[in-house]
Amino acid sequence: MKKYFYDLHIHSCLSPCGDDDATPCSIAGIGKLNGLDIMALTDHNTAKNCPAFFKAAKAYGIIAVAGMELTTAEDIHMVCLFRTLEDALACDEALKEKRILMPNRPKIFGRQLIMDEDDNIIAEEENILSFATNLSFDEVPEFIKGFNGVCFPAHIDRPSNSVIAVLGAFPPNHSFPCAEMHGRERVTDYAVMASIKTEKMVFSSDAHQLLYIKEATDFIELPDDDENAVENLFKALGF
Amino acid sequence: MTVRDLLTSEKFSAISLPDESREIKNVYIGDLLSWVMGRAKADDAWITIMSNVNILAVASLADTSCIILAEGVTVDETIKATAMDKEINILTTNMNIYETAIYLNGLL
Repeated sequence: MKKYFYDLHIHSCLSPCGDDDATPCSIAGIGKLNGLDIMALTDHNTAKNCPAFFKAAKAYGIIAVAGMELTTAEDIHMVCLFRTLEDALACDEALKEKRILMPNRPKIFGRQLIMDEDDNIIAEEENILSFATNLSFDEVPEFIKGFNGVCFPAHIDRPSNSVIAVLGAFPPNHSFPCAEMHGRERVTDYAVMASIKTEKMVFSSDAHQLLYIKEATDFIELPDDDENAVENLFKALGF
Repeated sequence: MTVRDLLTSEKFSAISLPDESREIKNVYIGDLLSWVMGRAKADDAWITIMSNVNILAVASLADTSCIILAEGVTVDETIKATAMDKEINILTTNMNIYETAIYLNGLL
């Protein structure tokens, strides 16, 4: 077994609220500097910066996971991770039908930049990405499973856009084997509230700026096999 | 006014009606369940558009007289069955939340 240091929730300059400096290339570079082994790029309701992130991560020797942070109809944030880049992009395409397509207002929400691996802007997403989709909290797992992906509730210890803040509690009989927390405080309390084992809690940064990408503080033990690390990660998380 | 009185109007229909004699003394409006939990009071008619199963837990905790789902929102069969089981009245209306509140204000 090997310790894989991770950050599974990172936003790039494609998220309206993401810093324009948080390019896929810079994110991978900071991850390398910080000593991370596995990083997931999870922009709001899109995976369109994942192709560039994959190329940059490969160059830096980082294991990249293609992902997105999906906003449910109830405004709950869910971390969605995919086995392959292609799966993530197929989901991105299908999710477009589920989004409320309203033009972005960059001056208010921020720009939404699609980049290549060399930090060139190749396109700008026109419609606001972070708004709610019409998928309910109950519908998201099945939708993501349709693209061979996995999902779990994001930052359940935060006062906004978390399942506990919006729904008051984890719905009974939920099927999530893991959940994400922002901080380590009260992890035992949250594990009880979520009926999820403490050791299945994921601690990610939800970084919207390069500065907040995690240092090598949290790791998950996986078989020493970088080729299959993503599949092994999903298994270790309980999927 | 009771929940039964509301149903005499065509504007409301029942999704789950285990106790139509519940008195409605006041109205609470909100969709963020963590917020509603600490604020809705006993015998309130609670107007919301949230349809997740957790509305049952919140209604039960606050002991509201009924949940009114506005804008034509409805719930699935499982939630319906659980609502009957937990004795929670659920009504639905095509009015929006504001119109529903005004309508109730006229009756209270």
